[in-house]
Order: sequence, then structure tokens, then C-alpha cells
Amino acid sequence: MAEFVMPQLGADMNAGKLLQWRKRVGDKVQRGDIIADVETDKADIEVEVFSTGTIEKILIQPGEKVPVGTVMALIREEGKPFAAEAPAVRVEAAVPSAPKSPAPAAPQGAAAAPPPTIEAGARRLHISPVARKLADELGIDPATICGTGPGGRVTLEDVQRAAQTHAPKPAEAAPELDRAARMRQAIGAAMARSKREIPHYYLSTTIDMSRAMTWLAGENLKRSIEDRLVYGVLLVKAVAMALRQFPELNGLWVEGKAIAKPEIHVGIAISLRGGGLVAPALHNTDRQSLRELMKSFRDLVQRARAGSLRSSELTDPTITVTSLGEQGVEAVFGVIYPPQVALVGFGKIVERPCVSEGQIVARRALTATLSGDHRVSDGHRGGLFLAAVERILQEPGQL
Amino acid sequence: MTRDEIRDGIFRALAQVAPEADVSRIKPNVRLRDQLDIDSMDLLNFVIGVHKEFKIEIPEADYPRLATLDGCIDYIAKAQRQT
Repeated sequence: MAEFVMPQLGADMNAGKLLQWRKRVGDKVQRGDIIADVETDKADIEVEVFSTGTIEKILIQPGEKVPVGTVMALIREEGKPFAAEAPAVRVEAAVPSAPKSPAPAAPQGAAAAPPPTIEAGARRLHISPVARKLADELGIDPATICGTGPGGRVTLEDVQRAAQTHAPKPAEAAPELDRAARMRQAIGAAMARSKREIPHYYLSTTIDMSRAMTWLAGENLKRSIEDRLVYGVLLVKAVAMALRQFPELNGLWVEGKAIAKPEIHVGIAISLRGGGLVAPALHNTDRQSLRELMKSFRDLVQRARAGSLRSSELTDPTITVTSLGEQGVEAVFGVIYPPQVALVGFGKIVERPCVSEGQIVARRALTATLSGDHRVSDGHRGGLFLAAVERILQEPGQL
Repeated sequence: MTRDEIRDGIFRALAQVAPEADVSRIKPNVRLRDQLDIDSMDLLNFVIGVHKEFKIEIPEADYPRLATLDGCIDYIAKAQRQT
């Protein structure tokens, strides 16, 4: 019997709240299937399952907040018999369970439609982060709101409309912090741990982006709208390719030991509107073509900001790239996201005078930085790594 | 297509990128990027959304013309007249 536990979706997560099950007792699941939606302090996450088999028992109901590692469901792996109590459990779990938090009072008037999105095994509750926040503030259970956005998504307007027909739920004993405050706490805790435990070193270099930007402009002329590239994708690919030669920077520090990871999953720091950030992985970054990477990148940013990331995207990053150039920042010296051991930062591209063969010429310069963990690597190797990133960016056609 | 129909299509494309945005408050002459806190990746997704919504080609050099709501409407109206 395999246990499905509340996963740790990043160093800054201690507990999570089950929003809904996507599967019910008796359903078959395959490794990688999305089995549940979980709310963390930072985002709502689609959680994947790591076993293949049949759901035998569901132990946690929607609305419950449980610590990381809590067993939430039991999965009978293929080839093993059902446990004797399974049928009784199936009946229990087949009934959609309301969240355990106080239920909203009976709606006044016509808005008493049954919740269309909460049946176990049905599609997920689709709601934008801001709409969820407002619903929380107003004391409305989002599952009772009929979504009118794309794909039935619950929008801010839907919540406002519902607010006119719902009575507020009773005040809870200890009001929870709102999402923004919880996110700030979570980031603060992870970064404090990083600064406490990781002996950082910092390196900086200037990369000439003239060639890459000229190549990019020419390339985008040839590409259809959906295939056009942004320079950020060149940077991410260059980092991933350079990491192949510097495996010690691509990995984790776990229980006093460095673990170099064979796969390169670059985490992309993505700021969220309304504050905070997440850094989900672009899986197998080095093996994706620029075209594939661009598509994954666009999709990742869109999903991060819409609040629909998958658990593997939060647990798999082997290094993080942060780029603050759009904010006008010329260089960023980042704080490593534990248990990772390195972080690469990029600032904005600025035109600078440069002396070349006795002539002053304008060059497009980009400041690249590396924050490294001294328990795992030294400045010497870190410097060679940044030089490799620069070298790779001089041959953009090879990316 | 009327300007109102075009505006609705633009709002649909924006909703894909910034679902939490209150489109009724968008000022027509202020850059969308400044009003909605969106970055270049969001803008790219928005341009792709406009392309799909209105079936028009948008060269990269024209992206700045889509910076404001009014700019978008003018650009799309002109593109539709030409097709």
C-alpha cells in the first residue's frame, strides 16, 4: 500500500490545506496524475501522485489543513489486493464532502444553485487568486460560486455578484492571515534559513549581448507570433547548457551532503501581481529546443500568475534563475533558495561604450551574477561557470 | 466589427493574461503594462491572445502600438479594414 502524503512544495512550506480531491476511492491513478488541489501559503497547487494503482482510502477531507508528511490517502499499488474495509470507505468518499470550515449560511434568494465544481473527481475549482482572496474576505465558500470566466473560472466579478446574495459565514475564532501576509511569512522563513545556513559567495560579470540580440531580432522576423522568442529564454537555455559542465552547481544540499542532480530543471523566479514570488521549474531545460522552451516558459508564467502550478514544478528545481531587468535593475545578487546550492541573476540590458580595437563602440551589456553555496563550490568554479554562460551566448544560433 | 466588439475581444485576451484585472477600470490612454502590473511575458501572451481572437498578424515591430487600450482598438480596427 502506498501512502499519498501532503507534499513539501518548497522549503517555505510547513502545512497545506486540501482544497479538493480530483479522484475518488476506487479510481485508478498513474504516477504523474493530478490527484488533488492543495492550498499553500504561496499558491494553489495541482498535486501529482507518485504511485500507480487504485485509490483505496481517503483520509483527509477538503478544507482540512494538515502538516507536510501527513498521510492523506492510501493507494493500492498494482498487483496487490484491496483491503477488507475498502467498500465502506468507497461509499463514504463518493459523497462530495463540504469543507470543514464553517459552511456559508443559506443564500438568500436565487443563488442557491448547488456548487458546480466541487464533486470529487470532477474538474478542479477554477478561481483566480484575487477572486479567492475576496471570497475569503467576504466569507463566501468559492465552491458555491458559479464561474462565468473562461472554462468556468470564478472571476472577481462572480465573487462580487455572489456577495450580494450570500450571508457572511460566522466569524472564525482565530482569523487567518491573508494570502499576501502568509506568502511574506513563508518567503521570509525560507530566506532566513538560507542566510542562516548557506555560506553564500557572490560573483558578477558583464556579458556582451549585442550578438544575441541581433540574432534574436532576425530570428523573430522569421517566426510566427506564437513562436517568437524573448531574450530571457536565451539566458535560461545558456545557463542550462553551461550547467552540464558544472554539475556541482546543479543540485541540492540535503542532510549535510551535496547531491548533484543529473537532470537540469531550472527554476524561474516569477513575481506575482499583488506581491510575492514563486520559482517553478522548467523541466529538462537543457534538452528543450528554444521553441519548446519558449512555449513552456510562456505557459509557466501564465499558470504561475493564474495560480495553477503543479507540485513537481515546485519540488523539482535544481537551480534558480532570477531576472529583474524589466524593473530597471542592473544587477541582482540573489539569495539561494534552499535546498538548492546556486542562483543566477540577470539585470537589464544597457548600452555601454566599449573599447574594441582602439575604437569606442556601443555594446549591449548585461550583468550576470552567481550566488553560490560555499559548502558545495568555490568562486573559481563559479567564475568559470559564468564565463561559460557568456561564451554560449556569443553563439546564439547554437542554443 | 464595432469598436465596442473589438474592446470586448481585447478584454477576453487580457483576462487570459491577468484574470484578476478589473477591466472596467482600464484607462484607455494609459499603458496597459503600467495599469495592470504586467511584464513582457504577459504582454507577449496578450499579443498572442489578440492574434487568436482577431485572426490578425502582428509583426514584432508593431508591439508598441498595442501598449494602450485605445492603441489596441485602433490597430485592430485598421488591420481588419485591410483584410
